[in-house]
Amino acid sequence: MKPLLAVILAVALLSGCGGESSEAATSGAVTVFAAASLTEAFTEIATAFEAAHPGAKVTFNFGPSSGLAEQIVQGAPADVFAAANTSTMDKVVAAGLSDGAAEVFVRNYLEIAVPAGNLAGISGLADFAKPDLKLALCAEQVPCGAAAKKAFAAAGVRPQPDTLEQDVKAVLSKVSLGEVDAGIVYHTDVQAAGGRVAGIEFPEAEQAVNDYPMVVLKTAPNAAIARAFVAYVRGAEGARVLTEAGFARP
Amino acid sequence: MILRLGKDRPPVALVAPAALATVFLALPLVGLVARAPWRDLGDQLTSPEVASALRLSLLAATMSTVVSLLLGVPLAWVLARLRFPGRGVVRALVMLPLVLPPVVGGVALLLVLGRRGLVGQWLDGWLGMSLPFTTAGVVVAETFVAMPFLVISVEGALRAADRRFEDVAATLGASRWVAFRRVTLPLVGPGVVAGAVLCWARALGEFGATITFAGNLPGRTQTMPLAVYIALESDPEAAVVLSLLLVAVSVVILVGLRERWIGAV
Amino acid sequence: MSLDAAIHVKRGHFALDVALQIAAGEVVVLLGPNGAGKTTVLHALAGLVLADAARVELDGEVLEDTAERVRVPTERRPVGLVFQDYLLFPHLSALDNVAFGMRCRGRSRTAAREQAKQWLQRVGLADRAEARPATLSGGQAQRVALARALAVEPRLLLLDEPLAALDAGTRVAVRSDLTRHLAGYGGCALAVTHDPLDAMVLADRLIVIEAGSVVQEGRPQDVARHPRTDYVARLVGLNLFRGTARGHEVALAGDAGSAVVPTATHGDVFVAFPPAAVTVHRSRPEGSARNVWPGRIAGLELHGDLVRVEVAGPPTVLADVTPAAVADLGLDPGGAVWVAVKATEVACYPA
Repeated sequence: MKPLLAVILAVALLSGCGGESSEAATSGAVTVFAAASLTEAFTEIATAFEAAHPGAKVTFNFGPSSGLAEQIVQGAPADVFAAANTSTMDKVVAAGLSDGAAEVFVRNYLEIAVPAGNLAGISGLADFAKPDLKLALCAEQVPCGAAAKKAFAAAGVRPQPDTLEQDVKAVLSKVSLGEVDAGIVYHTDVQAAGGRVAGIEFPEAEQAVNDYPMVVLKTAPNAAIARAFVAYVRGAEGARVLTEAGFARP
Repeated sequence: MILRLGKDRPPVALVAPAALATVFLALPLVGLVARAPWRDLGDQLTSPEVASALRLSLLAATMSTVVSLLLGVPLAWVLARLRFPGRGVVRALVMLPLVLPPVVGGVALLLVLGRRGLVGQWLDGWLGMSLPFTTAGVVVAETFVAMPFLVISVEGALRAADRRFEDVAATLGASRWVAFRRVTLPLVGPGVVAGAVLCWARALGEFGATITFAGNLPGRTQTMPLAVYIALESDPEAAVVLSLLLVAVSVVILVGLRERWIGAV
Repeated sequence: MSLDAAIHVKRGHFALDVALQIAAGEVVVLLGPNGAGKTTVLHALAGLVLADAARVELDGEVLEDTAERVRVPTERRPVGLVFQDYLLFPHLSALDNVAFGMRCRGRSRTAAREQAKQWLQRVGLADRAEARPATLSGGQAQRVALARALAVEPRLLLLDEPLAALDAGTRVAVRSDLTRHLAGYGGCALAVTHDPLDAMVLADRLIVIEAGSVVQEGRPQDVARHPRTDYVARLVGLNLFRGTARGHEVALAGDAGSAVVPTATHGDVFVAFPPAAVTVHRSRPEGSARNVWPGRIAGLELHGDLVRVEVAGPPTVLADVTPAAVADLGLDPGGAVWVAVKATEVACYPA
C-alpha cells in the first residue's frame, strides 16, 4: 500500500505545481524512489535538505529496489532513484530512463541480525543451515536476497529459511519481534533497529557487498532540484548521515 | 410505427450504470489477457513452484472455509437468535477484520499468536506448537480475514428465515439442537453456501495478513498471491501468468459452484 | 383422559383470561373475532408462548403451573399443533414431513417413513408422498399438516384456523373430512376459528371468546339459538336485543321501541329473531304480525341467494329477502319501509 500511496501523493504534488516555472533552482518538489534500507538515512537527509533549501519538498517512496525499478520502467513519476544494488539500477538504465550515468554513493554490508539477547546462540552463517531454528531471509529477487545468496555460496552453506520476505525491512521486523532466531539484513538495518536487535558480522559479507548507485531520472520535471538533492546526498552533510547510519564509503 | 417504451424496455437509468460497472470489473481481466506472454505460457505454467503455490492456495482457502463454517455458523446463529448484553460489541468484532488493513491483521496475529505472542508463547512453551511460518499459520491468517463474510451472510439468512418452522419442529418433539440441524440449517442452506463461497474467494486472494503472519516460503506458505507479488519484483511476465492462472482457476470454481448449489435464478 | 387448563396472558392493554376443560374424544371449538386471543391460547397450551399465569394439566400430568414453577418445554409435551398456513417444511417431501416427528422421537428412518405412509393413506394422499409442499394444493397441504400432527400420537390436538386458508369450494369437502378424522381421534381436540359455520360443524362444544374473555359456552346449536353477544348474533345473522320484559311485552333498550314475545317473562331479557323471519313492506302492513316497526333502509347485502336488508328503526333490524322482492318493492338505501316479525318467531330468554 505504501508505494501506491506515495505515488498518488507524488502525482498530486506534481500536478499541484505543474506548469509553474520555479525561479530559484532549489525550490519545488522532488520525488525520490529509494531502497528500503535507505529509509532512516534519507529521511534525515531530506529534513536537512529542506531546511537548507526553503521551498523544497522531498517526497519518498521506499521499497525493495527491484520493485521500484519495475515501477519506474512502467512509468511511475520519480525524479531520483537510489537502488540497493547495481543490477536493479541496470534495468532503469537499460530502459533509457537515466539522465547521465548512475554513480555509486555508498556500500552496504550484510550482517546477521538476531533478537536482543541472542537466545538461540547464533554465531555465524553456518547456523543458517540448522533446520530446527527459525530463520528469515530476503527473497532472492530482491537485492538483499541476491547478496545473501552470494554470501552463502562463498561460505558453502545451504540455508534452511522459514520465510523469504519481500524486503529487508520485513526481515528486520520479524527479527525484532522475536518471531525468528536470526535473519540476514544490512548493517544499516541493525543500527537503525537500536537495542531491539543485535548484529553479528561475518567474513563472507566482503564477497557480497551491495553497491548503492543513485541517478536522476530523465522524466524529472524539475531536474535542477533533483540534481541538487543528489549533490546534497553526496556532499558532506549527506555523507555524515550515511556513515552514521552504518553505510560504508564507496 | 409506435415505439414500445416503459414496461417493455429495461430502464436505461439502471442498465447504463450496470454496464459501466461490468466493464470496470472486467478491466483487470482484459489487461491480464492482453499482456499475457502467450508464447511462453507453457514453460511458466509447468514450473514446480507454480504447481505448489496453486495447490497450497486451494488447500489453505478450503481449510479456512471449513474452519469458518465450523466456527462462523454457530456465531451467526448466536448473533441472530440470542439476546445478550454486549451483542453489539460482538457484532463489531465480527466486522473488524473487514475494516482492518490485512497487514495490520497479520501484525496483530503475530503479537498474539507469534512465538513471543500473548498466547503464542504458551503454545510454543507447552505444546511446542508454532503457527508462524507454517501452513497452519496461513489458514489462521486467511480465516481471520475471511470468516466475517460467512458470518454476515449466514446471520442475514437466519434473520430472514421464518422462525415459525422452529416452533413447528418443537411441537413435533425436536429439541433446539435437532430443530437447528434438521430445519433451520437446511432452510438457510443457500445463505450458508453463498457465505462459504465469499469466504473461500476472500481467503484465496488474501495477501497482507498471510505474508506478515505466516511468512513466504515456497511449498509451505507461499500462496499464489504471494508468488505473484514476489514475481513482480523481478519478472513481471511471470507475475502476469500467475495472475491469469489464479483468475482462471477461481472463475472456473466460482462459476461451477454458483450454478449447482446457489441455484439458477 | 382430559385437559384442564387455565391461561392468563397480559400483553400491554390486552389481557387474556381463559379456563377450559376438554374430555377425551371431545372436540371443543374456540370461536371469536380476530384479535380475541384464540391463537395465543393454543400457543400457550403448546408451550410456545410464555403465559403470565397458567395451569395446564393433561391426563393428570401437569404440563405447566406458574405458581409451582413447573414448565414442561414444548418438545416434551404430548401436544400436536396444526398451524395456520400449515407450515409444512419446504425442504422435505410430504412423507418426510409426516415422518419428522417420529424421527425426532428416535424411530429409524425406515420405520418412520413406513408409519408416515400409512398416515398419508388415511388422509387419502398416499400418491403424493414424494411431493414437495410447494406443489400441494391448499386442501392437500392441510391434510398433510393434520397427518403430521397426528403421527406423533399426541394426547392433545390443537388446530389453528384449520380451514381459513382454503377457498370456499375446498372448504366444504375438507370440513367434512376433518370432522371424520376428529371423530376417529381419541385425545382431546381444541380448534380455534373465527368462522361460525366451521365452528358449528366441527364442535361438540363451543366456547365463544371476545376481547380475551370467555363470553359463552355450550353446544353449538344452543349458542346459535341463544346468543349472548352481538358478535355471535351478527355472525349467525340473528337480530339480538336487550330489553326489560313485562309479561308479553319487552321494552327494548335504548328507547328502541317494544317487541311482543310469545312467552311471558319479567326482568332483563335477550330478544332474538332470525332475519328470515322478517318481512319488509312499503306501507304499514295489516296482518297477524305483532311486531311492526317503521324505518329507513341503511344497507343492502347479498348473502348467497338472499339479500340482507338493514333497516334502521329504531330498532335496527336485519331482514332477508329475495332479490326479486328487492326489485319489485323498489328497495333502495334511504327508502322508507316497514318491517314485520311474527311474535311466534321471536325468542326471548333471560339475560
